[in-house]
Amino acid sequence: MQNVLVLGGGVGGTLVANLISRKIKKQIDAGEAKVTVVDETGEHLYQPGFMYIAMGNEDPKSLRKPERRLLDDRVDLVIGKITKVDEETSQVELADGTKLDYDELIVSLGSRILPETIEHFEDEAHHFYSEEAAAKLRTALDSFTGGKIVVGIASMPYKCPPAPLEVAFLIEAELRERGLRDKSELHYCSPIARAFTIESVSEMATPELEKKGIELHTFFNVETIDPERKMVQSLEGEELEYDLLVLVPPHKGAQVLMDSGIAPEPGGWLPTDHKTLNVGGREHMWALGDATDLPLSKAGSTAHFEAPVIAERVSARIQGRTPHPKDSIYTGKVMCFFEVGDGKGTLLRFDYENPPKPPKPSRLWHVGKLFFNKTYYRIVPKGRGGTIEKRL
Amino acid sequence: MTALELETNPTKMIDARGSFCPGPLMELIRGIREGQVGDILAVISTDNGSKTDIPAWVDKAGHRLVGVFTHEGYDEIVVEKLK
Repeated sequence: MQNVLVLGGGVGGTLVANLISRKIKKQIDAGEAKVTVVDETGEHLYQPGFMYIAMGNEDPKSLRKPERRLLDDRVDLVIGKITKVDEETSQVELADGTKLDYDELIVSLGSRILPETIEHFEDEAHHFYSEEAAAKLRTALDSFTGGKIVVGIASMPYKCPPAPLEVAFLIEAELRERGLRDKSELHYCSPIARAFTIESVSEMATPELEKKGIELHTFFNVETIDPERKMVQSLEGEELEYDLLVLVPPHKGAQVLMDSGIAPEPGGWLPTDHKTLNVGGREHMWALGDATDLPLSKAGSTAHFEAPVIAERVSARIQGRTPHPKDSIYTGKVMCFFEVGDGKGTLLRFDYENPPKPPKPSRLWHVGKLFFNKTYYRIVPKGRGGTIEKRL
Repeated sequence: MTALELETNPTKMIDARGSFCPGPLMELIRGIREGQVGDILAVISTDNGSKTDIPAWVDKAGHRLVGVFTHEGYDEIVVEKLK
């Protein structure tokens, strides 16, 4: 019996498990192989929807589904907290003492946010990286009557790189609609030399920031928050006063991977081969999604395009064949929508070799993003996304 | 990875080879946060953007750029922490 163990029931883990179970269904039905997903909660979350709790009246209930309903019947689901990955015994240990054997281990444990690592963050700053935080930001925006809003990024890397820019654009549009724009200042803080890591996206976003009167502060790495003076201060010595502070919290990889000696300190990102998605030269360990150290967006879309590569490689090994060359190399493909406010959006589509060429912002891509959000559960985790992607 | 031949003898070397923008800059920022005033930090980068991004950041952040040295296959960007 070959055990394929998938850690994490997010988009990457769910999709890769479903794809593998389809490819090796004969081996599963014959009792020669088994695919198991281990997830801490048993509940799948559509995290990109959090931003729309804050900015678009999204119903939080629509963002959650039982993981079991998304998995193929041939995939087993174990709900439990992972406490150790033991490479010597090829076992994963859970908090209740269960030990799960693996022959192939696929790690899709995502990233975690650590707002508490910046003093006063939790009391002073808002964010939109959890359901609760996004709802709290919505409440703060509802009671905002004018003043200074600072949107920024506490540290890199973080999930969904366009999100803070999108939030700045959406807040600006909302303030105009509510007649508060003249009474408000908007500031956008980027830790690097430009508005966005990818130059072509910066070239699209920077004129939009200027057009909308959002002041861009580059090289602003958040150092401290002064709650008494309502100031956010950068390592570079700049400080900005705020009435409403929205910051992307610091992110790290899963603690259990750091504790197990697989993901190095301080970030906890898995050293992952850019093309094969193999972890640190370990023949039987794979990674996808936010958990990797790849120089790409930490986004569901990244996991979506990585999953077929791992599925092909792992299935080929179980079936004793050579992986299909076309399907077993990850090219760095990522695709995501980007809101610019006023009901308009654009599309970022890129890979390792080809930077994005965002089309002129239009209503099409905004509607495309809303459509994708509404249809995610029907297409992506179950592996039906290819047809949608080909049409774009 | 090839062996490194550095122009300087830094307090701390940050080997960011293989990391893409903004990785090397973020590694330097972490080194500056953790280091002491007077420390010399050498960032070793294979990302072309580091040669411009890091000196621009050093200027804004008020540290001293000791130098940018180009080697075969990598750059050595040396910074002194001033505050």
